[in-house]
Amino acid sequence: MSETLPDIEAFTEEVRDWVTKNKPGKQDFLLPQSFMEVGTDQQFEFLRDWQNKVYEAGYLGMSWPKEYGGRSMPQEYQDIASRELARQKTPFMVNTIGLNWAGPLILHMGSEEQKKAFIKKILSCEEIWCQGFSEPDHGSDLGNAQLKAERDGKDFICNGSKIWTSLGTYAKHMILLARTDPNTNSKYEGLTFFLNPMDIEGVDPVPIKKMTGEYGFCQTYFDNARISEDCIIGKEGEGWQVAMTTLMFERGATGGQAGGHSMMSTTIEEVIDLAKRTDRDGACSTEDPLIRDELVKLIMTSRAMGLNAARARIPALVSERPASIPMSGKLLGSEYAKKLGEVATSLQGANASYYVGDDNAIDGGRWPRGYLNAFSATIGGGTSQIQKNIIGERVLGLPKPPRTN
Amino acid sequence: MNTRRDIEFSEEQQQLLEIAENFCRDKSPVAAVRTQIEVEDGFDTGIWKEMADLGWLGIAIPEEFGGSGLGMGEVVTIAEPLGRNLLATPFEATTLAAQLILDAGTDAQKSDWLPRIAEGSITALALSEEHGDWDLNHVTCEAVKNGDTLTLSGTKTLVTDAKRAEIILASVKLGGKTALVLIDRSALADSALTRETVIDETRRSFRISLDGVSVPAANVLNAAKTQSALARHHKLSCLLLSAEACGGTAACLNETLEYLTTRRQFDRFIGSYQSLKHTAVDILTGMEAARSFLYHAATVIEEEDGETAVRMAKAQSSEIFSWAGDRAIQFHGGFGFTYECDAQLYRRRAMWNTNQHGDAVYHRKRLAELLLD
Repeated sequence: MSETLPDIEAFTEEVRDWVTKNKPGKQDFLLPQSFMEVGTDQQFEFLRDWQNKVYEAGYLGMSWPKEYGGRSMPQEYQDIASRELARQKTPFMVNTIGLNWAGPLILHMGSEEQKKAFIKKILSCEEIWCQGFSEPDHGSDLGNAQLKAERDGKDFICNGSKIWTSLGTYAKHMILLARTDPNTNSKYEGLTFFLNPMDIEGVDPVPIKKMTGEYGFCQTYFDNARISEDCIIGKEGEGWQVAMTTLMFERGATGGQAGGHSMMSTTIEEVIDLAKRTDRDGACSTEDPLIRDELVKLIMTSRAMGLNAARARIPALVSERPASIPMSGKLLGSEYAKKLGEVATSLQGANASYYVGDDNAIDGGRWPRGYLNAFSATIGGGTSQIQKNIIGERVLGLPKPPRTN
Repeated sequence: MNTRRDIEFSEEQQQLLEIAENFCRDKSPVAAVRTQIEVEDGFDTGIWKEMADLGWLGIAIPEEFGGSGLGMGEVVTIAEPLGRNLLATPFEATTLAAQLILDAGTDAQKSDWLPRIAEGSITALALSEEHGDWDLNHVTCEAVKNGDTLTLSGTKTLVTDAKRAEIILASVKLGGKTALVLIDRSALADSALTRETVIDETRRSFRISLDGVSVPAANVLNAAKTQSALARHHKLSCLLLSAEACGGTAACLNETLEYLTTRRQFDRFIGSYQSLKHTAVDILTGMEAARSFLYHAATVIEEEDGETAVRMAKAQSSEIFSWAGDRAIQFHGGFGFTYECDAQLYRRRAMWNTNQHGDAVYHRKRLAELLLD
């Protein structure tokens, strides 16, 4: 760290300039809005090349150590670059699981070999990572993971399946939560966390067709797949703790992410712009009183989330229930995004029925597709209903229902 | 977007909030609220005196007129705990009247009246009329000028604490334009005041007949500044009403949670049922949004963004306070239907609060004009 750091303003200027010059122009295909929605090779290759370009320019993994492929710079610089990439609406960073989950985890608790082997290729997008937490029978109940990993000498033999593995067919590695000891007192014990190779015998990612008609997730089957104990991160039997650490990285609570944005969120400004382009009763939609009310409600919801975040930074104004705002962010954000898609679609009158692929679909059909895809966030990572249970119990202190068997 | 001021909260505000929270909790437990409902004046003169001694009535009055020269952002920190503890006093009306005088009063009016208000002279606002329109320019009461005297006529409604007020600030039409006139309470005969029966029993509200009342012409506020003063008055009223509603919602939610965690039905705590639990969470998140809007509005109230901010605060807080009160009654079941259950106090307060200066629909309509046109 003997080098002097660039001046903040000059750096901001430099990034802005680079992004303006290098951001991709319009494609002749509709891009996905997040890594969970990548459905074609064309989309994947485009996004992979873009992430690689950003990395090669030096705007990704800036705060990660130099010896593993980062630049060892203060987080502030990465934040500036990330903000600029988002502001200019560039495509998102496709290796999301690598950048936000696996990478920070490996840097935090991985071995020297693991750091050397994985970190740089996560940033350059040479090796894609996917996530193997959820199972078909245990959606929101992560601690109940049942995929079996039985010890056989220095290896483990894995059987079972994982679901919602985004980028499963492109991934080189999976962060995998598996049950290595089925005879424990608590379901949270006996789990082990692996950095699992995807290109071995017995691991088979099968794409799932989503309700949008597109692909984007896999169910990954393990059929006597043999993985080495060297793939363990953390300790055998302590996978739950490692998974929780990973989720903290996901929620951005502890920092450490490589940077770049991981999705292209639809904004209320875009929906207002759309409203101004659509008609109702021979006039612009924004003259219809009920549409106006609907838009104002959405603007308020959007603004409330930003203001909640601002208030959460002032301890005196959140003293009664400090956990309330942080714990409700996922619920509010995902429900808002879905509502935004729904209202945006409804603005289009009869044309709201066109879908991706039809020439008459407004904006290539991104609105109805966005609405349908928005369910991934109201369901994934704990459904909105589970979120309300959690907030009700942990923030409001309401009782859990009695156990039934 | 990045340069916009979101929420700022000073050390002074933090101290005031803490003091006011403790004060209101001590002075106004629910039992005391219920006692005051039965009392003629509806508030405790001793508490009013203490509030004046604490300097609360002069918070936003400049030092040269005997106040402490802070702003409405500081007043919010008093109004929220007052609302939380259903402590009904002439605080809001007196504070708002002082701002009207400050904005549109002549030099003489300011130096005559503001120091008295800062010391605790109760001031009533007579701006509403029988038509019930929120438009502050929809005024039918009249003033006719004869030399140095104004002769008033017409009826003002929903004037809180008029009986105990020393000063009444009323809106009238003078030469076809809305004018604000200061009326010394002693200029009104007792028979000019009729107590009204209102939804919020913690309030004392009066109908005032101005027929035959005369005041000196010098009591009219500056005509050139009246419109801007009324526009600001609407914003400030919304700000304090939002603060009251946020406080009220918090107390109402806690009241409901207490019942949900102690009442058992079908062998389980009723708060373990998701239909009740999830609704409680909806109230919580709605309340958090309202409070974020409130303190944002408190931050930017005197700036260009102030109107948008305060209308969002009023729309959200009115709606969530009403919903919290509505669900509080429902979730208390049969007990909730009784007068004895405190849920009604919050629901009835919420109705009063919402009906002042525009409900949620009214403000969203204005917001649409501000944000979409």
